[in-house]
Amino acid sequence: MRLVAAAFLLAAIAGCAEAPPKPKALAPTEMVTVVPGPTGHVGAVVVRARDGERVLDQAFVAHRVKSDGSTETVAVTRESVHAIFAETVNALPGRPATFTLYFLEGKDEFTPASKAELDKVFGELRRRPAPDILVIGHTDTVGTLAFNDKLSLARADRVRDMLVGLGMDRERIQSAGRGKRELLVPTDDNVAEPRNRRVEISVR
Amino acid sequence: MRKSLFAVAAFIAALPAFASTDVGVVKVSQGPVQIEREGRSVPATVGMAVRASDTLRTGANGSAGVTFADNSLVSVGPNTVFTIDKYRFDSTTHAGEFEGSLKKGKLAAVSGKMVKQTPESMKIRTPSSVMAVRGTEFVVSVEDAPAP
Repeated sequence: MRLVAAAFLLAAIAGCAEAPPKPKALAPTEMVTVVPGPTGHVGAVVVRARDGERVLDQAFVAHRVKSDGSTETVAVTRESVHAIFAETVNALPGRPATFTLYFLEGKDEFTPASKAELDKVFGELRRRPAPDILVIGHTDTVGTLAFNDKLSLARADRVRDMLVGLGMDRERIQSAGRGKRELLVPTDDNVAEPRNRRVEISVR
Repeated sequence: MRKSLFAVAAFIAALPAFASTDVGVVKVSQGPVQIEREGRSVPATVGMAVRASDTLRTGANGSAGVTFADNSLVSVGPNTVFTIDKYRFDSTTHAGEFEGSLKKGKLAAVSGKMVKQTPESMKIRTPSSVMAVRGTEFVVSVEDAPAP
């Protein structure tokens, strides 16, 4: 309401200076800010517009576009961001939970510790609305990239079949193979490392 | 009997069956939320798959949250119009691109594996700007200016 009054006032002032006053369409107001994650990590967003580029890399420093098109980058309070975005942030889906499982050497069977981890997967599934699973296979660095891509996907597919056998709906499980791209224990190429031969189960 | 069979069929239909064109799943839907696809508009229900070029539209008390294939999370608040312009993700290499447009309303996002692999591969457009995401969590609003 006060803004409307101010707009009229501005129009009136403008009218005095240069007649006749033209009604000007007001652009939408915009705001963007990065916010800390659950662990306190703060990332960065680059805002590109006609008047240049700004890197926002501090929590609660907002870039604003006002209705006259002018912009400002200002510190805002956590409370003011919360007041504007509470409903929106509350609608964010639960963060994906990841479980890592290992096979007994040369066998199609999980290690005892991994069997316990599998119970946690089922617990996590029960907690989520419309849960789905991504099974991601990883290998060590023995062999070529293409060979390991194939091997890791085959391993993920096998775990997918095991989960289906345990009662999971096949439609809700996808598999992926990352090959040797994401080593848990960094090694040189062509190094056998059991801890890198693993399967991740991401419940989302 | 017929009724229970129907219930089972409805339950199966509601499960998120992945099609190759699906890019994410609705995990949260509160109040009025519609998904517009190919000129049609359907209420967004939890478990429903979303696709590239879908538009999420919420009413006065509506909000919704989507988990995408690369684990990026996007939620929209009340009175929001958000379109998924592009979405592509390779689950082996983690290469991809995610472009969305916030025409009006509010959005919160947590970037996923794609941005971790390639910073700025996720972009959110507003009427005036493009936000290139380096990570991880951010909020954006676009509100109509008061009528002059």
